[in-house]
Amino acid sequence: MQTRNARIGFVLFLVYLMLYGGFVFLNAFAAESMEATPLAGVNLAILYGFGLIVAAFVLALVYGWLADQEGNHPNKEGGQ
Amino acid sequence: MIYEPSVVAVVVFLIFVGITLGLSFYLGSRAKSSQGYFAAHGQIPWFINGVAFAGDYLSAASFLGICGMIAFYGYDGFLYSIGYLAGWIVALFVVAEPMKRLGKFTFADALDAKFGSRGIKLAAGISTLAVSLFYLIPQMVGAGVLIQPLLGFPHWVGVLLVGATVIVIVVTAGMVSTTYVQFLKGSLLVVFSFVLTVIILTRGFEVKPGGNDGHAFRQLGPFPAETDINQWQLPSELTAASRLETRSDSDLPIVRFEDATLGRPSYWSLHPVDSDQVLLLEAQTLSRTEDGKTLVNGQIKGEEKGEPELHPIGHVSQLPGGATKTGPLGPLSFFSTLQDSEVVLWANQTVTDTDGQPITIFHQKPTPGSRVLRPGEHPRFKGIRSGQWTDKLDFLSLMLALFCGTASLPHILIRYYTVKDEASARKSTIVGIASIGFFYVLTLYLGLGAMTSGSLDVTNSNMAAPLLAKSISEWLFAIISAIAFTTVLGTVSGLILASAGAVTHDLIANFMGIQLSDHEKVRVAKIASVAVGAVAILLGIQFEALNVSYLVGWAFSIAASANLPSLVMLLFWKGVTRQGVIAAVVVGMTSSLGWILASGDTFSKVYGLPAESAWVPFSQPGIVTIPLGFFTLIVVSWMTRKTQDA
Repeated sequence: MQTRNARIGFVLFLVYLMLYGGFVFLNAFAAESMEATPLAGVNLAILYGFGLIVAAFVLALVYGWLADQEGNHPNKEGGQ
Repeated sequence: MIYEPSVVAVVVFLIFVGITLGLSFYLGSRAKSSQGYFAAHGQIPWFINGVAFAGDYLSAASFLGICGMIAFYGYDGFLYSIGYLAGWIVALFVVAEPMKRLGKFTFADALDAKFGSRGIKLAAGISTLAVSLFYLIPQMVGAGVLIQPLLGFPHWVGVLLVGATVIVIVVTAGMVSTTYVQFLKGSLLVVFSFVLTVIILTRGFEVKPGGNDGHAFRQLGPFPAETDINQWQLPSELTAASRLETRSDSDLPIVRFEDATLGRPSYWSLHPVDSDQVLLLEAQTLSRTEDGKTLVNGQIKGEEKGEPELHPIGHVSQLPGGATKTGPLGPLSFFSTLQDSEVVLWANQTVTDTDGQPITIFHQKPTPGSRVLRPGEHPRFKGIRSGQWTDKLDFLSLMLALFCGTASLPHILIRYYTVKDEASARKSTIVGIASIGFFYVLTLYLGLGAMTSGSLDVTNSNMAAPLLAKSISEWLFAIISAIAFTTVLGTVSGLILASAGAVTHDLIANFMGIQLSDHEKVRVAKIASVAVGAVAILLGIQFEALNVSYLVGWAFSIAASANLPSLVMLLFWKGVTRQGVIAAVVVGMTSSLGWILASGDTFSKVYGLPAESAWVPFSQPGIVTIPLGFFTLIVVSWMTRKTQDA
C-alpha cells in the first residue's frame, strides 16, 4: 500500500502537523506570545494564521509537483 | 432589527435560484445511470471539481458563522477558518488518492474494499447518515436565518423553501448538476468576498459615536467606582438610579435611570476602565410586555422602517493618533491600524428589572484593537486564557476535531468519485485548497469589516456578512444573500446525495442484499433523498434557536471519531480486520455522540440545565473519542486476527 505518493504525502503531512500543532500549543500554553507584533505592526496570531493557510497551499503545490514526477497512472495498484 | 424585503434583493435572489434550478434540469436530463447519478460518470474535469469542493465545503457555517463570530468577538472566529483549512491537508496527503483507488460510490465502499463485509457497509452507512444529518441541521437553520431578512418570511418558511428546492435539485439530476451548482456558487462566493474585501480596505476606518442610523450611544464618566452612584455628577435628565440584580457576580453591573430625554427609563452598564474608575455606557434593551409584545429600548417594536427598533451597532471609537478617518488601507496596515484603535463590541446579559420581569441588556464593550486581534475572547475559546486544564483540553479537542473532521465528511469524500483518476483527485484537492484558503484569508477582513461597519444586528451574529454588504449597497446585499442562499442549497444537496448513496448502496443493496437494477438504484436513491430532505426540514424547524457553528462542530467531531480511524489505519496497517473496522466505526460514533449529549454545552443550550451538572469534564469530545476509535480498531483487530489464525 506504500506508494511513492503515499510516502511523500506522509512526510508533508508531518511537516504541516508540526506547523499546526505549534500554533495550537502556542495558543493553549503561551497565549500572550500571540500578541507580539513582529512584522509591520501585525500581531503573531494573524501572521501565523495567514502563514498556516499559505503553508497549506505551498505544501499542496509541492505535493502536486513531486507526485507528478512519476507520471499519472490511474489505478496503478491494480484496483485492489 | 426590522428587515424589510427589498425589490432588488428579491429579484436578484429569484434570478439566482432560477438559474440554479434551470441548470439542474438541463444537466439532469443527461444523467440517467446510477454511475451518472452518484458519481457524475467520473467525468467531471478536475478544476471544476476542485472549485466544487470549495462550494461544498464553504457552507453556511463558514460564510455566515465565521464572519459573524469575528464581527462580534474578533480573532476567535478565524481559529475555525484555520482549523477547517488544516483539515484539507489530511484530505490531500492521506485520504484523497486511496479513496479514489478503493471506492466507487460511497465512503463505505472504500472501507470495505478489502473485506466485502456486510457489517462494515452497515456501520459505515449508518455513520454516513448520522454525520450528514448533523451537518444538515445547521444548514437548514442557516437557510431560515437568511430567508427572514431577505424575503420577510418566518423561519419555518425559509427552511421549507430550501428543503423543497434542494429535493427538486437532487431528484432531477444527482451529482452532475450538484457539482456544477457547487462550482458556480464556489466561484461566486470567492469572487464577491474578494470584492467586499477590496471595498472594506478602500473604505478604511472612521470614528463614529454609534451605528449607521445616526444614533449616538451616550457615554458618561469616568466616575470613582467606590462611591455611591447618587453622589456622581450626573446630567440632570438622569434621575432615580437603581442597580438591577444580575444573574451572576461576573456580570457587569447594570443601572436603570428615569430618563427625561427619552421620557422613559434608560439602562446603562458600568464599564471598568481601571482599578478604581468606571464609565457609564448607554445600553439597549429587549423585553416583553405582559401581552407578549416585543419591547425594544422600552418601546413596542415597529414593523416598518422608521418605527422603533434596536439600533444597528459596530463602530470604531478611537483611531491611532486621535485621527477621525483613515482613508484607504493596505492589507497589512488594515490590521496594524486596528491594533492601535479602540472598537466598541457588544455583549448581552439578562437581568431582573425593577418590576421583577426579566430584561435583556445589550451593553457596549469598548475594546482595544490589540484585544480584538488576539485569540481567546470568545467563551468557546476561553481555554486559551484560562488556567484550568479542562478548558485547555476543550480547546485542543476542538482544534483536533477540525483537523481530523474534514477528511471524514461523507459529502466531501464522495466528491472523489466524480473525477476520472487519482491524479485528478489530487489536482482537484489542490484547487480546492487554493480557493478555500483564499476565502478563509478573506473571512478575517470580512468579519473585521463587519465589526466596524455600523450595520450589525445586535441580536443576530449570523447576519453579519449580508448586513456588511447592505451597508455598502443594496445590490451587493442582494447578491451576497443570494450567494449565501445558494451556498446552503449546494451544501444541502451534497449532503442529501451522500445520505441517499449510503441508503441505496450500503444499506439496501449491500447490507440487505436486495438486488437492484441500475434504474431501480436511481429510483430508490431519489426516494431516499426525499425522505432525508423531509427529516432535515423537520429538524431545521425544530432546532431554530441553536447556534449554527456549534452544530457544525458536532458533525465534525462525530465524523472524525467514527470514520477517520478506520480510513487511516486501513492505509497504514496491514493487520486491520473486518471486526476491527466495524468496532472502530461503532465505538467512535456512539462515544462522540454520547459525549456531546452529556456535555456542558448541550446541558446549558439544549436541555436548559446548568453546565456544571454535565457528566463529562469538557464539551468537545475529539481528544478522547478520536484516539478511542484508533485504540478500539487496533485492539479488536489484534484480538480477531488471533482467532482467525488459530
